[in-house]
Amino acid sequence: MIATVHECAIDIGGMPILLRTDSSDFVRLLQDRYGSFINATGPRPVFELEVELLSLDSIKDPDQDVQVWRESGRWLMERGDFRAEWETERRRGWVRQTANPYSIDCVLRILHSLILAPEGGFLVHAASAVKNGRAFLFAGVSGAGKTTISRLAPSDVAVLTDEISYVRSGPHGYEAFGTPFAGELARIGANIRAQLEAVYLLVQGQENKIEPVSEIDALQAFLRNVLFFTHDSELVERVFLNAFDFVSGVPVYRLTFVPDAKVWELIA
Amino acid sequence: MNATYIARGTKLAGRKLKNQMVIMTARDSVLSVLNEVGTLIWDAADGATPLEAIVERKVCAGYDVDRTEALKDAEEFVQDLASDGILIVSDQPIVSSPNKASEAARGEHS
Repeated sequence: MIATVHECAIDIGGMPILLRTDSSDFVRLLQDRYGSFINATGPRPVFELEVELLSLDSIKDPDQDVQVWRESGRWLMERGDFRAEWETERRRGWVRQTANPYSIDCVLRILHSLILAPEGGFLVHAASAVKNGRAFLFAGVSGAGKTTISRLAPSDVAVLTDEISYVRSGPHGYEAFGTPFAGELARIGANIRAQLEAVYLLVQGQENKIEPVSEIDALQAFLRNVLFFTHDSELVERVFLNAFDFVSGVPVYRLTFVPDAKVWELIA
Repeated sequence: MNATYIARGTKLAGRKLKNQMVIMTARDSVLSVLNEVGTLIWDAADGATPLEAIVERKVCAGYDVDRTEALKDAEEFVQDLASDGILIVSDQPIVSSPNKASEAARGEHS
């Protein structure tokens, strides 16, 4: 039987992953979903993922929570709507899912968190934006105001994401990258990167103010917002030590704000 | 009364920050911060020194506290940490190799 293979590179955080599938419709769906994060012209990605599309009736338990574990040097990932495997050394893996963007989105988040950990990076529950060439993170759980602060951003501010931020250690400190992982804003972020200047822990209040945070409080708050998909002890230790280095090197503040665009005057 | 021996748990990550030990357990990714006295006990948790001796040498020698009260507090403290998987508590000496967390703990940040 002759089959055509279609490829599509999704470049998030400068870590392009080549997706391979036999469905051109699915590639079009990915192109719609990931927009400017589709990298058609860059160098060939070193990470590769085979996507095998399943029929809807092959999904046994769509409500099953995501589970990630390590077995014989491979990472295994499973949720009600997909099953995937990733070999860190070979930088390749596979996913079996139905033709929908949500499953691959979850797999990509997990893969990037696994790829980033040894590099000193994270995916963080945080909005992020670039102002005057410098990046700022606004961390907080659901309801803290990530989407609100993104929505209030003035026109000269580029929003990197209103939901999941991408942080990597670079040659001159930490950098924040745009991501296609959107929250209530329902808009993919700007596909740009910038040196990370500061982290703000979001609190909605009666006035706009910025307060310093102790290193231990910063570490606790930051770790609460780092995306963890697994209880693998080696990975947990790596992420913990990364977070420790991160809060030692990047200023962390508490930002109390009212939902008003004036809050952006404080961000500098 | 039997002696109590304590050793650092496995499957956890820890580092010291300004005389406070910060520990995260792999099981549930929960972060615990030990105060200065708790950190002294953690540092001395070698599996071989009885808790009573640790309290005598590390706590009573450095702080103006009642010995009996200090030992009672220390016993509650180590039981709490044991229930979180941070310490191993036994009435026998605990023989094990130092775990990665205890190695990481030596890299103090100030």
